[in-house]
Amino acid sequence: MNWSAIAAIYRFEMARFFRTLAQSFLSPVLSTSLYFVVFGTAIGSRIQEVEGVSYGAFIVPGLIMLSVVMLAISNASFGIYFPKFLGTIYELLSAPVDFIEIVIGYVGAAATKALFVGVVILVTASFFVDLRIEHPFAMAAFLILTCLSFSLLGFIIGIWASNFEQMSLVPQLVVTPLIFLGGTFYSISMLPPLWQTVTLFNPVVYLISGFRWSFYGLADVPIGLSLLAILAFTGLCLGIIGWIFKTGWRIRS
Amino acid sequence: MTTILSIKDLRKSYADGFEALKGVSLDIEQGEILALLGPNGAGKTTLISTICGITTPTSGTVMVGGHDTLTDFRAARRMIGLVPQEIALEPFEKVWNTVRLSRGLFGLGRDDAKIEDILRKLSLWDKRKNAIKELSGGMKRRVLIAKALSHEPRVLFLDEPTAGVDVELRKDMWEIVAELKQAGVTIILTTHYIEEAEAIADRIGVIDKGELLLVQDKNTLMAQMGKKQLEVMLSEPIQTIPDSLAEHNLMLNGNGDALVYTYDTHADRTGITTLLNDVAQAGLVLRDVQTRQSSLEEIFVNLVSGEPA
Repeated sequence: MNWSAIAAIYRFEMARFFRTLAQSFLSPVLSTSLYFVVFGTAIGSRIQEVEGVSYGAFIVPGLIMLSVVMLAISNASFGIYFPKFLGTIYELLSAPVDFIEIVIGYVGAAATKALFVGVVILVTASFFVDLRIEHPFAMAAFLILTCLSFSLLGFIIGIWASNFEQMSLVPQLVVTPLIFLGGTFYSISMLPPLWQTVTLFNPVVYLISGFRWSFYGLADVPIGLSLLAILAFTGLCLGIIGWIFKTGWRIRS
Repeated sequence: MTTILSIKDLRKSYADGFEALKGVSLDIEQGEILALLGPNGAGKTTLISTICGITTPTSGTVMVGGHDTLTDFRAARRMIGLVPQEIALEPFEKVWNTVRLSRGLFGLGRDDAKIEDILRKLSLWDKRKNAIKELSGGMKRRVLIAKALSHEPRVLFLDEPTAGVDVELRKDMWEIVAELKQAGVTIILTTHYIEEAEAIADRIGVIDKGELLLVQDKNTLMAQMGKKQLEVMLSEPIQTIPDSLAEHNLMLNGNGDALVYTYDTHADRTGITTLLNDVAQAGLVLRDVQTRQSSLEEIFVNLVSGEPA
């Protein structure tokens, strides 16, 4: 294993993040605050409580997931797409680096950035609502697994994309709708029975449900199923990346 | 001499059937400078990319320092440095960081003194804290060289290193190449500038349509394939070449004041003595004579066009 290369890629990617630290920090703080103003205060004042939890506090896990998932995807896809776009990928391909080391470097950095933003949102939220975390280890595990798995997805998107438009295609057309319809701002039990069944086909439901359970002990689906879903998703992404590694798809001619 | 790079029957075909490399075989000795000449699309960059791991070969083998570039790619690639044809650098990154990244990618630990030494040699030390986007084109090319040298390679590929750079920087590059050769680095460069190959290479390889047409010692190549011309300058211009000189196949220059005689330097008789006697007998008065060797460029053009030099 070329640990030196992994560290070099990780450090280089993190440097990009630190160059724009103010934006990296302020953007999630601002957007989270806006969500609290719009959903927590304006709409929340009419909903009051969901299953014994104030609406403001109820949406915190969903809000964290929303930002973390989007950032993990965008950071990882940008991280590997940018060298392709600039042509600097020649250096990665000609270095004594295995593809798995490239993945660890880029995905590790993207996941770290997403994790940082997740923590920032969590801290910001604590200023607006009374937060309680009943299962802190499970919360950390869900958060880290989400950062990693969606960074893997972002990496795949970055490898697949041939232009900047394609980079934003999957996050905008697939991921965003799935997150908004995945129980970020509501409990599935609030939906009519038919839609409750339909919603169960949305993989993000399991993610948000499990994460919310780690906060309040409330879950739309069994926690074991949530954990299985996130692990299965991570495994799927790893499988696709393994295939890319074997075939050199869209990287090595 | 030790062979440091050995290419055997290297082939690269694409899905559409295009054959970029058609069985290239080549041995390169340690410490030599090989210039690869060829027109656009000849396969020069594909050959370099395949050796360096950017492109996967369809068949054939490449050994670098005894290491197979596919089965033992880590050891093989550690020995190789690549300066690509295009300026590919992250614009917002600082010079120091980008060179440090390259060293790390090749599995070497942090060595600030080494990076400082490379940056100083390439006149980049003062620019080390500058973002890449703030540098001129020539400076960016130096950064590419610094990155390629950051892991102290034994074989350096320079793909069109002086394309689009000014004369001064080109001369600087040649000096850098000479210094690297002195340090024992093997250099393979592709170039469109024949004068560059003529000035710095030990051997010349000519590639066209994916095939290596020849690889030869530069001086031998020029001696074997080069024509020599004798220019006989006359005191008074003439309108036509006298009939008595017809057998020499002379050409008259544009001003009519010089006769150009082409001959083979390896022939038993060059015919120069007879020519000069015939010129004198024709009543022409000589002002001066000079000879001129065919340039590599002429040799190259003739080779690629399939005509004898």
